[in-house]
Amino acid sequence: MSAVAAPALAIEARGIVKSFPGVLANDHVDFDLRRGEVHALLGENGAGKSTLMNILAGLYQPDAGEILIDGAAVTFGSPRDAIAAGLGMVHQHFTLVPSQTVTENVLLGLDRPRFLLHERRSEAEVAALATRFGMRVDPRARIWQLSVGEQQRVEILKMLYRGARILIMDEPTAVLAPQEALELFETLRSMTREGRSVVFISHKLGEVLAIADRVTVMRRGVVTAAGLPTAGATRADLARLMVGRSVLESLDRVAVTPGDVVLAVDGVRATNDRGLPALRDVSLDVRAGEIVGIAAVAGNGQSELAEVITGLRPCSGSVRIAGEAVANESAGTVIARGVAHIPEDRSTVGSAPNLSLTDNLIMKRYRDAPVARGWLMDEATARTIAARLKDAYAISAPSVDTQARLLSGGNLQRLILAREIETKPGLLIAVQPTRGLDVGAIESVHRLLLALRQNGTAILLISEELDEVLALSDRVDVLYEGRVVGTFPAADADVGRIGLLMTGGADEEAAS
Amino acid sequence: MDLTLVLAAGIAAGTVLVFAAVGEIFAERAGVLNLGVEGMMLMGAVAGFSTSAATANPWLGVAVAMVAGGLLALLHAVVTIHLRADQVVSGLALTFLGTGLARVLGEGLTNRQVTTLPHLTIPLLAEIPLAGPILFRDQSILTYVGFILVPLAWFWIERTRPGLHLRAIGEYPAAADAQGIGVYRLRYVYVVFGGLLAGLAGAAITLAISPGWFGDQTVNGRGWIAVGLVIFARWNPIRVAIGAYLFGAIFRFIIDVQGVHSIFGIENPFLPGRSATFFLEMLPYLFVVVVVILGRRASARQRIGAPAALGTPYVRGERGV
Amino acid sequence: MSPVTIRLEPRIATPRWLSAAATVGAVAVALVISGAIIAFVGGDPVRSYLHILNASFGSIGVLSDTLVKATPLILTGLACALAFRMRLWNIGAEGQFLLGAWGASAVVLTGVVPAGAPAIIVLPLMMAAGMLAGAVWGVIPGILRARLGVNEIITTLMLNYVALFWIQFWVFGPWSESGFQQTKAFPREAWMPRLTDLSDVVPAFGGLTVHLGLVLGLVAAGIVWLILERSQWGYEIRLIGDSPRAARYAGIDIARNLIVVFAVSGALAGLAGMSEVSGSVHRLQDRISPGYGFTAIIIAYLAKFHPGRVVVAAILFGALILAGREIQPSGVPAMIQGIILFALIVSDTLVRYRVRVERRAPAAPATPEPAVPA
Repeated sequence: MSAVAAPALAIEARGIVKSFPGVLANDHVDFDLRRGEVHALLGENGAGKSTLMNILAGLYQPDAGEILIDGAAVTFGSPRDAIAAGLGMVHQHFTLVPSQTVTENVLLGLDRPRFLLHERRSEAEVAALATRFGMRVDPRARIWQLSVGEQQRVEILKMLYRGARILIMDEPTAVLAPQEALELFETLRSMTREGRSVVFISHKLGEVLAIADRVTVMRRGVVTAAGLPTAGATRADLARLMVGRSVLESLDRVAVTPGDVVLAVDGVRATNDRGLPALRDVSLDVRAGEIVGIAAVAGNGQSELAEVITGLRPCSGSVRIAGEAVANESAGTVIARGVAHIPEDRSTVGSAPNLSLTDNLIMKRYRDAPVARGWLMDEATARTIAARLKDAYAISAPSVDTQARLLSGGNLQRLILAREIETKPGLLIAVQPTRGLDVGAIESVHRLLLALRQNGTAILLISEELDEVLALSDRVDVLYEGRVVGTFPAADADVGRIGLLMTGGADEEAAS
Repeated sequence: MDLTLVLAAGIAAGTVLVFAAVGEIFAERAGVLNLGVEGMMLMGAVAGFSTSAATANPWLGVAVAMVAGGLLALLHAVVTIHLRADQVVSGLALTFLGTGLARVLGEGLTNRQVTTLPHLTIPLLAEIPLAGPILFRDQSILTYVGFILVPLAWFWIERTRPGLHLRAIGEYPAAADAQGIGVYRLRYVYVVFGGLLAGLAGAAITLAISPGWFGDQTVNGRGWIAVGLVIFARWNPIRVAIGAYLFGAIFRFIIDVQGVHSIFGIENPFLPGRSATFFLEMLPYLFVVVVVILGRRASARQRIGAPAALGTPYVRGERGV
Repeated sequence: MSPVTIRLEPRIATPRWLSAAATVGAVAVALVISGAIIAFVGGDPVRSYLHILNASFGSIGVLSDTLVKATPLILTGLACALAFRMRLWNIGAEGQFLLGAWGASAVVLTGVVPAGAPAIIVLPLMMAAGMLAGAVWGVIPGILRARLGVNEIITTLMLNYVALFWIQFWVFGPWSESGFQQTKAFPREAWMPRLTDLSDVVPAFGGLTVHLGLVLGLVAAGIVWLILERSQWGYEIRLIGDSPRAARYAGIDIARNLIVVFAVSGALAGLAGMSEVSGSVHRLQDRISPGYGFTAIIIAYLAKFHPGRVVVAAILFGALILAGREIQPSGVPAMIQGIILFALIVSDTLVRYRVRVERRAPAAPATPEPAVPA
């Protein structure tokens, strides 16, 4: 790095404006990135961070504003232009072709090789590049065989292979365990030491303070703090800049004495969609009035666990609900046993996008009176019930006839919660209940879950947000590679130890 | 029944299916389901036939036929890629349109004789024992085109960089888009290419393999058989060719069985005019059902299925925040 | 990069009138385009269209003929609408129709029913046989889809061809009337009652061949509406059609519904076949169907799978089939149908999305120009 009077700016963006139907995502945003720094872009969901970065990466064109890279003005018509200018982005949802190999994915979109694929030569190049930055990756592995952390490394490799000097990462630690996140930060640091620059988007305050040199905070499309040095900033400061008030959620947790065991999972094995083992002998139980949280890195079997319990996936072993065996029964049977399920995918599993609010709200009760009458359905009754739920759970929508796909994420989740809670379940399986929601929606979901707990419902909470799991649960079970490797009371839990177990540290421990 | 002649004719009949099926493979690998093959083939058939009737130039007929198929495919592409309509419905509409249009345009052509494409015998290759006379003797020039097309198609898809891009846009277009590959543009290209080949398949019928225009009966479901073959072949051009030639042989066999007076000494029940012949006619279509079932089970077993994004319009996520 | 970008944005809410106007507009545009093609090949489009109107709605007599042609279309249209509502692509209505016609004919022609049995026995038997045969023909692809995941488009289509040859076997073979391509005529007891049968009582009905099948069709439309819009089963069908994953999550047995809906759909198409041989043609013929099963697909789509609108569309297309026979060139009605379907698809998109045309100043990397907002 040359010693110049002012630090060279790798990126300078001024007055960026971008709107989509119904929302102004970026409202005259200024942003700058110094060469060789790690810069965090902070804000809650919907603040406009991803939009801004997508503009820099060439995916969107801004409605107004200008961008300078290394002092020269540029316009990116496509991601190709951005990459040619040395700017590469690793998205939150990986853009990897699952059925193709690591090397094929790295080569995708390049102009070389010209025509014939020279597979072996390319594989060697990819392997060498990975080693140079300390990443372990098998160039011939197919993407679907890799863990999420490894897939992220492939994404980074793609950018480095193209000579990216500026790396943008969108919520990179959302899918990583604490230890893996630390490894990632090391990789990022090694890049900045070489003079490359990094921007990463996050909504996690602690992480931002730990790794970034400077932080820019956005709220509702506007920059509330530009390039703030992280040294000396506090979590409260950042929180205030993020949401406009000093919010650190305070939950009213009432002590509840757990009742009988409602859910008993014993020695369950199951395979995932690819035919590989996902659950390898899971045993756990949940009592009435308690929340058991599953702490796990994405891809360790938690999705399959939820599906096995709710009748959406076959398994071997025993699953009992209130003493009745339900393993391998249909979803309908499980529902009839008083199990509610908030699914991971709210827009295509948890709801039917083109059906009305009413139709979505009666999904679990259309076979029972009062909605059902003989083999027919009483439409008036259904609409009345829907209207009542719409008010009670503050689902914001023009009417009960509105199609579900028009609801925002938060409102859709409220709809799903309304429907599931109204069934007065003995057991609730909640999977990623607050993913992608803004702070207000998150708070209301948490309050509803705690209220259910107080009413005696047994809750199994599966979430990628370790903070959320620790805040809501009475007990935490750590799931790693399809086994429960540890169980802790949530109060005063040792986060370090949990993180270690989440990434297989138990094996190392046992070995030593 | 000279077996060699039957098989040789089978290869010729299979060539029609090869063109249509390979074209469909390209479209489907790119992620776009094109169920309008039957209509495109019929349009190609009538366009080629009428052009040759008017100009006495079968090559011009082939060119016009391909353009006709390509234009119809372009219509399907616009509707499904840009307007994001349901690919199944659009394909069906294309079939109705192509069929009806072909009937209208083919009015009055039924008993015409037109100049057809030449036949060739390849000197050295035709001498190869067993296979030579079947594959290389007195075949239409289009048959040889088919022989070359299949390995070329396989090579393009599996071993070249553009082929990598093709596979990517059918499996996970978001990944291709993120790397700057023009998903929309490439999908257009491959769908239209599929249409060109479907048009060629139609021209192959009327100008080479079974010359003549027979209205609706000209294609008689072979477009659908091609679509079924693609599923059976699990989107692999080599396997599709095997299936296509096999079907060609079955078709040929059915026709020839009807001409024989006795089979193994028993009087032939399948003579034309006998009602039992209709069961023979059913065979190809029943075979398609069997073949599709087999293909499906093989897919399920090997966990290789259709291109993952097949049938889904690609929409670049607009609401990323 | 082109200077003009056309973008599609999803519409937030679709006003009802827009949807109806788009449908009507699509049909109008399709007729114009078809007219142009007719003119191109030397026909006279205006005369052709006027002829269609006259020959189908011009008098009570032809109106009755139109309704006769519409009857099987109502039933096959309902068959398709029911299946399509669940995104179950039953392209086999044609084959199921043929099998229904065959089944009904079998009751009469194979002596299952003793000669001289009254219509009150024969007709219900024929209906049952027709529906059963159609249901079986529909269930086969249904089972293949439910158990083996086999694409139903291919299987139903192939079974159409098999059904055709099946009919031809019987009509050219065992049931042939002295070597002609049809069976012998059915006895009077096997004829569905027609308006003209009442001409002694009401002379005005003389010559009107509208038959009981129409009533069957209307009743079926009512029942299908009741099922789809007001019953629990219909809710399941609609849910599966919108999101199979959500339906599974809600505990609905998708495989069972696949088979049942295919069976009912096949039964409706089979009933159409019975209605046609018993009410209109009074014998089984090789060309018993001018493509009713395929036209039904377009009818179902035009009606947006709504049973009431299926009836209306069926009457319109009945007119097209009836009068279209006399139009030169002969492929015109099929071509019009294809163009209508395409026009409907395009109009459907315009209803669901708003089209935005943005003009952008051409971008040069060296000198940035801010894009002009749309």
